[in-house]
Amino acid sequence: MTESASVLIDITDSPAALNAQVGMVLERARWASQVYQRYDRDATLAITEAVARVAHSKAAEYAEWAVRETGFGVVEHKKLKNELSSLGLLDYYRNWDFVNPRIDEERKIIEIPRPAGVVFALAPSTNPVATVYFKVISALLTRNAIVFSPHPAALECCTDALDTLTAAAIEAGAPDGIIQVVRKPTVPLIEAYMGSDKTDVTLATGGSAMVRAAYSSSNPAIGVGPGNAPAFVDATADIKQAAQNLIESKSFDNSILCTNESVVITLQSVDDGLRRALKSAGAHMCSEEETDALRQYLFHERGFNVEAIGRDASWIASQAGFKISTRATVLVAPITKIGVDEALSREKLCPVLGYYVASSNDQAIAQARGLLRMSGAGHSASIHSQDAQAAIDFASAVETYRVVVNAPCSQGAAGFATNLPPSFTIGTGFYGRSSIGENIGPQHLLHWTKLAYNNDPAETMGDYTTTQVHHKGPLVKAPADGISGYGGGRSPQVAPQSSPVSQGAGSSQNISRDEIRQIIVEELRAALKA
Amino acid sequence: MSQQKDEFLERSKTFWNPNKTQFWQDAGVDLVIDRREDYHLYDMDGKRLIDVHLNGGTYNLGHRNAELLEVLNAGGRRFDMGNHHFPALARTALAEKLAECTPEGLQYTIYGAGGAEAIELAIKSARNATQKRKIVSIVKAYHGHSGLSVKAGDERFSKTFLSEDLLDEFVQVPFNDLSAMEDALKGRDVAAVIMETIPATYGFPMPHEGYLPEVKRLCERYDSLYIADEVQTGLMRTGSLWGITKYGVTPDIMVIGKGITGGMYPISCCVVNERAGQWLKQDGFAHMSTAGGAELGCIVAMKVLEITQRPEVASMVTYISDYVRAGLDEIRALYPDFFIGIRQNGVIMGLEFNDPEGAKPVMRHLYEHGVWAIFSTLDPSVLQFKPGILMTQEMCEEMLRRVEVAVGLAQREVFGETRRRVA
Ligand SMILES: Cc1ncc(COP(=O)(O)O)c(C=O)c1O
Repeated sequence: MTESASVLIDITDSPAALNAQVGMVLERARWASQVYQRYDRDATLAITEAVARVAHSKAAEYAEWAVRETGFGVVEHKKLKNELSSLGLLDYYRNWDFVNPRIDEERKIIEIPRPAGVVFALAPSTNPVATVYFKVISALLTRNAIVFSPHPAALECCTDALDTLTAAAIEAGAPDGIIQVVRKPTVPLIEAYMGSDKTDVTLATGGSAMVRAAYSSSNPAIGVGPGNAPAFVDATADIKQAAQNLIESKSFDNSILCTNESVVITLQSVDDGLRRALKSAGAHMCSEEETDALRQYLFHERGFNVEAIGRDASWIASQAGFKISTRATVLVAPITKIGVDEALSREKLCPVLGYYVASSNDQAIAQARGLLRMSGAGHSASIHSQDAQAAIDFASAVETYRVVVNAPCSQGAAGFATNLPPSFTIGTGFYGRSSIGENIGPQHLLHWTKLAYNNDPAETMGDYTTTQVHHKGPLVKAPADGISGYGGGRSPQVAPQSSPVSQGAGSSQNISRDEIRQIIVEELRAALKA
Repeated sequence: MSQQKDEFLERSKTFWNPNKTQFWQDAGVDLVIDRREDYHLYDMDGKRLIDVHLNGGTYNLGHRNAELLEVLNAGGRRFDMGNHHFPALARTALAEKLAECTPEGLQYTIYGAGGAEAIELAIKSARNATQKRKIVSIVKAYHGHSGLSVKAGDERFSKTFLSEDLLDEFVQVPFNDLSAMEDALKGRDVAAVIMETIPATYGFPMPHEGYLPEVKRLCERYDSLYIADEVQTGLMRTGSLWGITKYGVTPDIMVIGKGITGGMYPISCCVVNERAGQWLKQDGFAHMSTAGGAELGCIVAMKVLEITQRPEVASMVTYISDYVRAGLDEIRALYPDFFIGIRQNGVIMGLEFNDPEGAKPVMRHLYEHGVWAIFSTLDPSVLQFKPGILMTQEMCEEMLRRVEVAVGLAQREVFGETRRRVA
């Protein structure tokens, strides 16, 4: 381009331009959020459902796209994650009321939900579209506006997904600008978003550096730390089931979920049986040489070899220089140490599972604690056991906020093979330098205003069963006088306080809840069988 | 008032403009603007005002918009006004951008320093192209104060300087009156009709549906050019980049001023089509202006055009228009006898009050309550209400809160204590 056709003086990278750009996007989001807060629960659900349905219908397309663009993971599993993060998520939260007040007669307290406002969200390259789905739907359910910055390595699939969801939301009556995308994310730009006083909360999922930056931004942030889950198979475990769970979990999306098991810890009495069971469930048990080769290949001086993230077992084996059966989906690497002196006890976002034999329950617990001290504090752990006391002993010792019992940890800690809230943003709490220790969900994107009555028994609470918070609905279009089709004229009326979208969007074509549940159950069954 | 301000006002009367300085004191608006930022003005005594006057859209993007300031500073390290005789990088670059974003057929940009000068250029170009002299404008039109532009406006401003039109070259017809317009054009001796898309100084009376396109059609029928004065209606203020486009008219000449440089380095633009720009091919030296299209101004203007066309801006203007309208409607419902109407297109608004001078007390009470909006000089029953296109929700809410109080007080002042607010 010749200079005259472009700009003679380019200031786009100046802090002034950066902040102005960011400010404009966030103020547009503020408008959208303020208007969205005028919507009632029906309208909110109708919009969210319209978005979730489109998201669900494109689950396969974006799964394929994400794998193609990033090289991470397994299309079929990403599809499932996308499905679970769309209609699955909505189904889980459908009965939660994030719009109307809740009344506690006994304590004489009424609580009114107050959305955060403007959410700034980041998505990792490992779970790009599922995270987009998850955060957008969480924001819409709670009447927040969201500004999304996709990971540069997954920019195209995320941007397209966000455009698709935005179109669906607007079509269903959501305010303009309720979802926005940072189309050219750069570090300074993201930092400007995180640090802007126009951002109400940053929802950070991604690398530690980003999460720490979010917490350092001076704004409220919900960021989560990395995982490194220990899985304890004790003497009372159903060995066969434990082995199957471990393999299902480690092969799920090639272990790309941060909830995947890092090292299985077991006892001498279980060792032989567990090895056999793992093998027949689809593990390749590595020899000492193969374990050495894996260690060399997976860990460089600077850390984990990102090339291996989300790759399948035979690819990794061949890169490391050995061959495995085509049936094998997980590489199990026996190790004799856990800690800084054993690289294979670090987080591995690939289907490689460390295998450690402890001499006692106490030693197993100590090793699990040690593993989490390396990384994964506050994140996930799992136990395979029939002994409730053993489960309590383990769970109260390890420093994680979820311990999955007798289930695959990848899916279990993320709420898909357990009854935990479905989430790919796993709160690592205080252990993991995070503000929240639960599975993150829409409930974390709002606070509640509490009306608290005098606790003197003489004071009776008013009747709140008939009160209502006024939801004025969308803004009425202002007239443009003198232009046909724009209304106008000289005697404007006070805008009608109706909410046009509440009957609109999707109610006629709603998928019934049972249908959704059916879809999800089938999907899960299929996935767990695979 | 501080002693400092008192002294300053005396100096202002001594050295600047005694009558104007005194006028504002008498009107109860003792404003001396010092600091300015965003949509806020700060009086030299520290009082803060939300600016919904914006000098007719000059501060459309806010006072001292950070990006404009940045580009002006950066531009100053390479450019100055330039030499108006030569082809110039910045002038041509802006002209190219204007050709891209203005209505179809508008090709060349002729530059001035202020709005009136660009009006001058429009009239001169039209006369050259048509070889006719007559200019038709609207009764109570306002196009500036230079030689030709002042003649196209209300006599209120030309008489003082013995500059009114005595040759019947400037004909004025009532706004929204098509038969008067046709009568004026019928003789086929009119070079151009010049129209503010929405007459600002007249209080933004809105063109009737179909009026502007019909005027354009009449221009075509009687061989006259159509000059769109977009000085106050351009740059997204109607929610479209140019107001005239929203009304479905393709002008022969468009005049852009005020907001085009965001109040940072003044220039104005007269954008003409091939026919109106004939003289540029015949005798390019026929008009010149040293400060016209100063290159630093062009640099700023390009940034203005870039910012103004961002998708966020279109979205914000719509929100602001709808939200402010909703708020004003609620206020109207409280004071229906006094606050009798709202004229609106986008963020261009005229608030009608039920008293021939009703906008003046409203202006004063607004001023006291931290909002600066000005009455319409040529119809003081109407308050010009011109929010910026990047106003935040918070600021709009803040402004409306203050407007409600001020309108109530103004009503009480005009009607007396007897008529209270409804509801
Ligand atoms: C519609 C219109 N045209 C032209 C002008 C003249 O512009 P300037 O004051 O820059 O000469 C004005 C100024 O207020 C105006 O409002």
